[in-house]
Amino acid sequence: MNAAIPYRSSAERRSDVRYRMGLNLRSILGRAYPRVIGANREPSWIFFEVFLPLLGIAAYVFIYQSFYGAQVALIQAGQCAGVPCASPADQLAHLQAAAQNLNGLVGTVVLGGTMVAFWLNVLWSMASQLYWEKEIGNLQIYMMAPMSRMALLAGMAIGGMFMTSVRALSTLVAGVLVFGVIFQVANPFLLLAVFFVTLIALYGMGMLFASLYLIWGREAANLSSLLEEPIFFSSGMYFPAGGFLLVQPWGPAVAVAGSIVPAMLGLDALRQLTLPNAKLPVLLGPVPELGLLLVLAVGFLILARFALARLETLARREGRLTSRHQ
Amino acid sequence: MSNFWNTFKVAAWLGWEMDSNWTEPWLFIVYSIIKPIAATFILVLMYIVLAAIGNFSAGPLFDFMYVGNAFFIFVGTTLFGTFQVIQSDREWYQTIRYIYISPISFYVYVMGRAISKILVASFAVVITLAFGAFVLHPAVQISLSLASVPLFLAGLVLGLFCLLAIGITLGGVTFLMARHTQSLAEAVPGIFYVFCGVLFPLSVLPGWLQGVGKAIPLTYWFELSRRLLLSPADQAAVNPLTGLGGFSDVAILGFLALSSVIFFGLSLGVFKLGEYLARKAGKIDMTTSY
Repeated sequence: MNAAIPYRSSAERRSDVRYRMGLNLRSILGRAYPRVIGANREPSWIFFEVFLPLLGIAAYVFIYQSFYGAQVALIQAGQCAGVPCASPADQLAHLQAAAQNLNGLVGTVVLGGTMVAFWLNVLWSMASQLYWEKEIGNLQIYMMAPMSRMALLAGMAIGGMFMTSVRALSTLVAGVLVFGVIFQVANPFLLLAVFFVTLIALYGMGMLFASLYLIWGREAANLSSLLEEPIFFSSGMYFPAGGFLLVQPWGPAVAVAGSIVPAMLGLDALRQLTLPNAKLPVLLGPVPELGLLLVLAVGFLILARFALARLETLARREGRLTSRHQ
Repeated sequence: MSNFWNTFKVAAWLGWEMDSNWTEPWLFIVYSIIKPIAATFILVLMYIVLAAIGNFSAGPLFDFMYVGNAFFIFVGTTLFGTFQVIQSDREWYQTIRYIYISPISFYVYVMGRAISKILVASFAVVITLAFGAFVLHPAVQISLSLASVPLFLAGLVLGLFCLLAIGITLGGVTFLMARHTQSLAEAVPGIFYVFCGVLFPLSVLPGWLQGVGKAIPLTYWFELSRRLLLSPADQAAVNPLTGLGGFSDVAILGFLALSSVIFFGLSLGVFKLGEYLARKAGKIDMTTSY
């Protein structure tokens, strides 16, 4: 053995920052890799994840279009906002405003559809993933490996984001090409900042849920299921969240409660930044919403780290780390 | 025949136990009702926002949408209750190999497993309709005459039978799929949401898509249910838009019966084919865990 190179036993624990960073980065890549490659090996997901969800979004678009049709029929019959139209110019202005609002509402549905894709990924591929790993016997292997558990979750998040981005992007493209939505982006940097901070906050929430689901056990699937439609509603996925402020007295309370899920504030800001001409009700301006999203992102990541450490200890102590179907 | 009945009974009991044993029955019922009511509230808020910014109201269209959406609760839950059976037994509980080799009809077993979901969905539908009629303001105009009850029940039975058949057809497909049940559960009802005139009259769709809607039996179920439940004023406003206004109630029931029989035959064929191909490819008990 060369005396110039210090001997390091394979059992020796290394704790220098460079080694730990490298290890955790490799862990992130390692956990993201099977999600990306696995998806490519099973191409049926493209049909189920990309094409079919567009139909659900189309249904909401057609609802708005059917109401728009009724509204146009009324205006053409001479009724502008519930009173007789003052003049042909007034009638034309109302028709144009109705078309502008329809574009805004259909754009709202399209943006909501992209966010739904990420939310479902957070629920089913982040939050319930550690529980799923326990069920199939991978969890104990993860726990024995030397990397940070947060790196593991970050890898899952990045892999999941890749899979979901394809669906989200296709929803967006369909919104423009099929439904004819016109987006106008005045501040692309703010838009990108809102989008990425929203994703970080959402996946941070998923990381927090992942450790909570370990404790909740087999209730996890039911909880994920429960967090679908009620969250689509309370986050305003298919209508402007500012609409809650129109419904007294319970609407504002739902808006406050719903803003705990980052999708609500993110969507509200994204809508304001991409559909500026529609007169949609809003909650706050995009900049304050970005500030709140930053708070949520940091808060969820800190809570996730704390919860993961605490619940891992608890699960080890109570022997539930490896027990399946509980 | 008694073997089929026993399989059906035991599968229905098993389905209830598996669905509900993670909590108390009352909590399970509440949980099962919150989801569809939240979905209904999405539509209510959509209408409120649109009516507020457009400064107009379209009561009959809203009632049309509300009743259609209430009955759609059956679609999501029954379909999911049917086609998730194979994947949950295969991927989650990993018991499919034992059930599959037992001397029962696997088709009847899958059908039985879905029954608990239909029961819970029935509660949710009743509660949603009652909420619309008694709590919402302005109220949804719902009325069912005594003379219409037999027709309504016949439509309900045929509609649910048809849903089971469609669910089992999809179950046949899931024999060959990786674990994408959740995507399927979200996506397939989306097809019916769009094409069956659940939330908007068929005439809103482009012409060739209206043809697709008329080929799906659920379109007739929704049409019949709404005709029997909506007030005459609502019907007068909406019927000209549905594209089916020229047919009598009995004719609509006839279309539903005929298409249900066709879909039942299709479900038998697709289920057998999926099963055959999965056995051939060694996929009956595969697990996919990425």
